[in-house]
Amino acid sequence: MDVSFDGVRYTYPGGVEAVKGVTLAIPSGQRFAIVGQNGAGKTTLVRHLNGIFQPTEGTVHVGDWTTTGHTIAELSAKVGYVFQNPDEQLFARRVIDDVAFGPRNLGFDLDRAEALVAAALEQTGLSAEAETHPHHLSLSERKRVALAAVLAMDTPIVVLDEPTTGQDERGVRMIATIVEKLQSEGRTVIAITHDMDFCAENFERTVVMAQGEVLADGAPSEVFIQDAVLEKARVEAPQLARLADALGWASRPLTVDSFVDSLPAHRR
Amino acid sequence: MIDLADVSYAYPDTDHYVLSHVNLKVEPGTVTGIVGASGSGKTTLAKIISGFIPHVDGGELSGSVVVDGATIADVTLSEAVSHVGLVIQSPFNQISGAKFTVREELAFGLENLGVAREEMAERVTAVAELLGITGLLERSPYALSGGQQQLVAIASMIIMNTPVLVMDEPTSQLDPGGTRMVFDVMSSLRDAGITLVVFEHKLELLREHADIVHVLAESQLIASGPSRAMLADPRLEKWGIGSTRFTAAAAAARDRKLLSKDAELPVSLTDAVPEFRAFAAKKGA
Repeated sequence: MDVSFDGVRYTYPGGVEAVKGVTLAIPSGQRFAIVGQNGAGKTTLVRHLNGIFQPTEGTVHVGDWTTTGHTIAELSAKVGYVFQNPDEQLFARRVIDDVAFGPRNLGFDLDRAEALVAAALEQTGLSAEAETHPHHLSLSERKRVALAAVLAMDTPIVVLDEPTTGQDERGVRMIATIVEKLQSEGRTVIAITHDMDFCAENFERTVVMAQGEVLADGAPSEVFIQDAVLEKARVEAPQLARLADALGWASRPLTVDSFVDSLPAHRR
Repeated sequence: MIDLADVSYAYPDTDHYVLSHVNLKVEPGTVTGIVGASGSGKTTLAKIISGFIPHVDGGELSGSVVVDGATIADVTLSEAVSHVGLVIQSPFNQISGAKFTVREELAFGLENLGVAREEMAERVTAVAELLGITGLLERSPYALSGGQQQLVAIASMIIMNTPVLVMDEPTSQLDPGGTRMVFDVMSSLRDAGITLVVFEHKLELLREHADIVHVLAESQLIASGPSRAMLADPRLEKWGIGSTRFTAAAAAARDRKLLSKDAELPVSLTDAVPEFRAFAAKKGA
């Protein structure tokens, strides 16, 4: 399902304008990442997708719907939103109850709900923790419970707010696999991240935001070469792009393989 | 400054030992990095060093924990926190909930110690400047972004001037710029004589700022060494910690015989540049 922001502005009740005229069209099935420093307006922008915020100006479309015409509950059937802080999302006494809440609430029949819950727990590596109280898990595990709870809702759009925070290497790989699988199922994946390597390796399109505006929009290979934009947004390029830059290369490889492939050409 | 001898621990109502026979010595005025996969016991170890275990969480703790000359199990929690401060993993849970502004939040710990009002105000101003949060002082701690809350949580511990600071993933919510700033602050605290223990997944920054790195795996501190050697160690993969792309690229280049096998693997950008420059300077085969 596609989404679009058309001239979206959002001003918080206290008067702070967090989003200043953003226009973006995200086609169905795209892996789309938003990067930018803390306070750039990233979370405020994506919270429009499930109606937590309604634009002060402009419109937000989710599929055929304009978000202003629909409730958060209605939009939640289309947009699964994984919060940055899992404790804003989790409330049940058992992991399985948190994960099952969404599909039950959406009125899925029991068999479908059970299958979705089991699959979500497996994908997030939490099958063995189904009976555990979420508060007995580490923060990184609770983040995966929050992710599982959204996966089980089977929504065509999945929004991930800082999905790799606190995750170890295995956790990051698990999330990368989930992102890939969601896309292979035709879902739209929108992620906010400070992890530029995760972004460069797993997303086909990256938007850089600063002070409520979009400064750059394109493939990671096009975005992470725009030094002036990265500096203005206080965004650091992925590790190997920084290395290539420091070595004076014109190209900015983003993965280990592409970096090593480029090495022989840079021998004097 | 920190001496853990044969420390084992199980949380209440379990017989599973999260940590088993852990030994750790930390020299004063150093930054010690501790890495480990999720669930390896990092947060538990952070709580043990800072006295939250056993004073708050209870459970079964054996062995000896001495921090800044105090045997942690024998002193009260209020005495323990005068020796060691803990920045917990989730800033949302570090905010006191009792104060309406960041300024009051930062002063909260000092108020409890009865610090004079003028000194309190000076220390709040100084710590806010150090962490670049002066502009947030009149805001509600709850109206801040996750990253801003994390800076407030860190500031609320630094202001206490404890000789030892333990930080459990202190930059998890921060953007790259904020992360670098917090690591720079850690180094300047170390230069001022503070002893820091930091639990982190960000290996490049640990390489740049930690004097020594320990690995927590299989319920134990299983390996340790200077930051570059430890963080480039191929066993980190097995322990679920992974490596930086700098290390991975150099290892892949070695496998393809593009880099010498004898070259020490880089962990950070600063390590990697000379290794790859040396390669580029060599005549092609």
